[in-house]
Amino acid sequence: MGLLSDPNRRRALISLLTRLNSPICVVCYMAGVAWFMGLAFEPFTLRTYMSENAMGSTMVEERFPAGERALTTGREFSAHKKKAGGMPVDWLVKTMQARGLEVFTQRFSRKLPFPDENKERYMVKGTNVYGILRAPRAPRTEALVLSAPCTPGDSNNQAVGLLLGLAQYFRNQIYWAKDIIFLVNEHDLIGMQAWLEGYHHTNTTGMDWSPLQGRGGSIQAALSLELSSDVITSMDLVLEGLNGQLPNLDLANLFYAFCQKIGVLCTIQGKLQRNDWDSVSGYSHSVQTMMLMVMKQASGRPWGDHGLFLRYHIEAASIKGINSFRQYKTDVTTIGRLLEGMYRKLNNLLEPFGLLLTDYMLILTLLLHLTVVQALDLWVQLATPPPRTEDGITDKEQVRHTYYFRVLSVLTPLVISHLTGVALYTLPIQFQEMAVEQFPVSETEAVVLTAIGVYTAGLALPHNTHRLLSGEGTEQGWRVLKLVAVLYLAVLLGCTALINFSLGFILALTLVPVAAFVTPHVPKVLSAFILVILSPACTLLFSVFFFQELQELPVSFQEGWLLYLSVISQGILDHFLYGSLVYPLIALLVYPCWLLFWNILFWK
Amino acid sequence: PSLYLGSISFIIGLSSPGNPKDDFQEELVIRPLHSGDIYASFQFRTVWETDFMRGNKVSHYRLFPKSLGQVISKFSVRELHISFTQGYWRTMQWGQPFQPSPPGAELWVWFQDSVTDVDGTWKELTNVLSGIFCASLNFIDSTNTVQPSASFKPLGIGNETDHRFLRYATLPREIVCTENLTPWKKLLPCGSKAGLAVLLKSEKLFHSSFHSQAVHIRPVCQDWQCKTTSWELRQTLNVVFDLHNSAQGKREWSLFKMFSRTLTEACPLASSSKIYIDITDNPQGEQFEVSPATPLLSQAVVLGDRRTFSVYDLTQQITFGTVRSLNLLIRWKSSEGDMLRPLLHAERYVAGYGLQTGEIHTLMYNNHPYRSFPVLLLDSVPWYLRLYIHTLTVTSKGKDNKPSYIHYQPSKDRLRPHLLEMLVQLPPNSVTEVTVQFERALLKWTEYTPDPNHGFYVGSSVISSLVPSIVAMDTNSTRERPLFSSFFPCKEESSYFVRVYTEPLLVNLPTPDFSMPYNVICLTCTVVAVGYGSLYNLLTRSFQIEEPSPGLAKRIANIIRKMRGVPPL
Repeated sequence: MGLLSDPNRRRALISLLTRLNSPICVVCYMAGVAWFMGLAFEPFTLRTYMSENAMGSTMVEERFPAGERALTTGREFSAHKKKAGGMPVDWLVKTMQARGLEVFTQRFSRKLPFPDENKERYMVKGTNVYGILRAPRAPRTEALVLSAPCTPGDSNNQAVGLLLGLAQYFRNQIYWAKDIIFLVNEHDLIGMQAWLEGYHHTNTTGMDWSPLQGRGGSIQAALSLELSSDVITSMDLVLEGLNGQLPNLDLANLFYAFCQKIGVLCTIQGKLQRNDWDSVSGYSHSVQTMMLMVMKQASGRPWGDHGLFLRYHIEAASIKGINSFRQYKTDVTTIGRLLEGMYRKLNNLLEPFGLLLTDYMLILTLLLHLTVVQALDLWVQLATPPPRTEDGITDKEQVRHTYYFRVLSVLTPLVISHLTGVALYTLPIQFQEMAVEQFPVSETEAVVLTAIGVYTAGLALPHNTHRLLSGEGTEQGWRVLKLVAVLYLAVLLGCTALINFSLGFILALTLVPVAAFVTPHVPKVLSAFILVILSPACTLLFSVFFFQELQELPVSFQEGWLLYLSVISQGILDHFLYGSLVYPLIALLVYPCWLLFWNILFWK
Repeated sequence: PSLYLGSISFIIGLSSPGNPKDDFQEELVIRPLHSGDIYASFQFRTVWETDFMRGNKVSHYRLFPKSLGQVISKFSVRELHISFTQGYWRTMQWGQPFQPSPPGAELWVWFQDSVTDVDGTWKELTNVLSGIFCASLNFIDSTNTVQPSASFKPLGIGNETDHRFLRYATLPREIVCTENLTPWKKLLPCGSKAGLAVLLKSEKLFHSSFHSQAVHIRPVCQDWQCKTTSWELRQTLNVVFDLHNSAQGKREWSLFKMFSRTLTEACPLASSSKIYIDITDNPQGEQFEVSPATPLLSQAVVLGDRRTFSVYDLTQQITFGTVRSLNLLIRWKSSEGDMLRPLLHAERYVAGYGLQTGEIHTLMYNNHPYRSFPVLLLDSVPWYLRLYIHTLTVTSKGKDNKPSYIHYQPSKDRLRPHLLEMLVQLPPNSVTEVTVQFERALLKWTEYTPDPNHGFYVGSSVISSLVPSIVAMDTNSTRERPLFSSFFPCKEESSYFVRVYTEPLLVNLPTPDFSMPYNVICLTCTVVAVGYGSLYNLLTRSFQIEEPSPGLAKRIANIIRKMRGVPPL
């Protein structure tokens, strides 16, 4: 291990590094992207396998018979929902009790930070109803959850009907080893958040809820059911949860295994899987599927009611019934049998699903490698002693002086950009009332426009404050600043990718080239344009269009812009309602980091 | 023939006065529950006028099981209570049970004060009992044994209440099945051959919502003067059958349906053999109908409530009727009711998320409309949940409720669990919440159970209390009784003892990924070897500018200069 301690070899290594800096960077970046695209290529990926033995076979005999009755119950529910103008609490309580469950209710209320225009709600008040099927001879230590949201209008009645039908059927079986909780939640995610917070007695988002009366021990797995038609053509499994968390792969594989066994078409990301992976169209199809998943995961929002369970270390997924124009239809009895099979397998589960590590981190390592190489290069450049002055003496006092100013010249842009980040995080909510009074906009628009305003204003801030302190910006100064910024970016993206790989990947894809090329000596106008194009806000804008394209619902620029605004407001709402981390991450860390590079570009 | 008969009677006559008397009673109580389920509680009681105390050697056994007798004398046991339970008693639906017990196995023993090494004796005793009952009681060790100071008082005679002689342990994970039932049945004088015990068929008993079997041994008074003691062995078995699962649409119960047997005789060795059916809620037969009907009625105050029972005496031939077999039938008429509001009720759960900290919440409900009463709460928490006792809060109705007595024994890692006992006053019509935060310890990798991701069990908390009786609460009772008798509530009926167990907890501890030790080792070794090694090398090695070694002439010159006292070249 004399590689680093031998000065000669060290010098050789360093010179190699500085000489080959740019090629290494390009190769790493390309390799990272190529590897990522390779993930969609089937021969490269492992066949899906079950790591939990208890999940292994689908040898359960499903007997659920009562699909028609479930639909009738669903229609009854719909009638009572219309009559009550919301959740028919009394009817649900009575119906669940008649099915032999222990029934409890939970009231909750929440005032949103600003009105949600997508779902038209501001002051939310509601009631969750849940019934617990007590497993015979089980000590109330473990539970499974089946939930169906009670949504306004005509949707999702069949899901509630099927839930009640399954409750009745499950109640008469003797093989349950875990309690099963049947939950009908109002106001979709807000109700679910209230219920989960009540169940675990935490309060992370400042919601008001009444304490729960009945519990079933620690929840092992949960499924959320969405079903809005009497017959369906295919089923879609939604996995993406809050902050890009995903349930264990075993849960997804279990679902696909049962779909195959029972003969239900199942889709991934709303797309039917194809077998022709070796053709170009087959490959592009799987790339599309993968990109859809990456985009959804990167958004950090819960894409179904299951999304909030994942925080509590509960494996959960949403099952959506889709009714399209295909010939082949599946009835509710079959879906009931599918769910019966899944719950019986989950019932056999001896321990919660184990962890599954993936090799995704390698891709990110390749991308981040680039920043590390950059940092090394800068470090080497900084560490090479400056050419000696003519008199041959370096004043000690002067060295300390330059060191002092160097620190100061790095610190000022750091502080300023982070303060801009704090402003971006706090001002939109703080100033919404004022903005509504001053300008003819709604609260939601006010919040979004303030956010965009602050974001843009951040670009125009004086970025040469270091000159006030240290006189002229030195060549050394920007190098130090860039070194700090590059290392900051590497750490930031590394940590982000650990929590949410997709978000880390998308940010790395756009920000790492910025980190690589930016210096004060590149052409200003062109570089500024590229920098803006690759900034987080523009990345989001492109992502919106790209996502629509992937979903085969292309939009015009006008619609896209409106969508973009609503995505921003939803992101902010997700943070305040469910504790999503994407908005604070972008506002407080990624945006300031990007500002540092902006700062370097305009270094004088 | 007369001589022959005479000799038999002579032998019996000879043997009975010489030996101490023993007596065996059997009993089955059936209570149709509010929820439509049915609760059957068996009790077998053997009383023996003998003395196991002070190393008295007892060698002749008749009704009392020898295996238990030997255990009592060998280990100087004064009281022994052991229960095996599968399932959780649903107080909100079923009311109070006759004999409460926590899920899993529970064992508590009072030793005689002559025992010097209590811990050693306890260890041996658990191993022996483990063999007798085919259970994993041998997993009881110092890490799950506690000495409660107040919650478990002796139930038999004796003034000794020094809790140094008490040991209490639970195994919440113990699974109860046929192999535990068979040795339990073998302790009965008639085995499962005759009497009520023929009903105890495992295929039906374990097809239920709740199953609990227990053995209680204690010294009792022989007569009212209480000069000598007898030993009482009570074997109890409680089972709740689920209406939904087994009825298949028909809302009726019979002995045959519940146990797949009917009764034809009492145990010949039993002095009393009776079946009680609780008909309190059914005075005019509007809830359910019992056949065959019996003229015998009995009243008793059970758990603070005056109950009426129909009695079937199995020692009377007439009970079995003409078919010579008794198959009691209960036919439900009304549909099931709402949930009950038992006067005392408790539940417990773990709050919080993540694998670092958490909070144990224990909720105690006092549903009495106007009386407050004190309860003793006993919590025994394994050492790997490190309780932050300074975060202990007790609140009722939003206000701080200061316990009048707290006994807390902190845990020692890998040696003993936490023990927390509190005397709390529950205000009327209130919920009292006890919370305490804890930190999850990281275990050594050999200390994890084979399925560590499943989680670790924490035994039930025990809530013991004297609950004001419903009889005393009842204002209507003045109508039936003479006025002069009913001004003050009767002393013995004014409150009754209740023990409530909460559900056990399943807590996840931080668990290493056992499936990837190879990767971890490889990665760690690489990092240590390459990264740390080089860095360490750089940090510790001192770099010096190496002077080329001076020539021979110069060295000689320097030696000379040194001798002269001149600085070297």
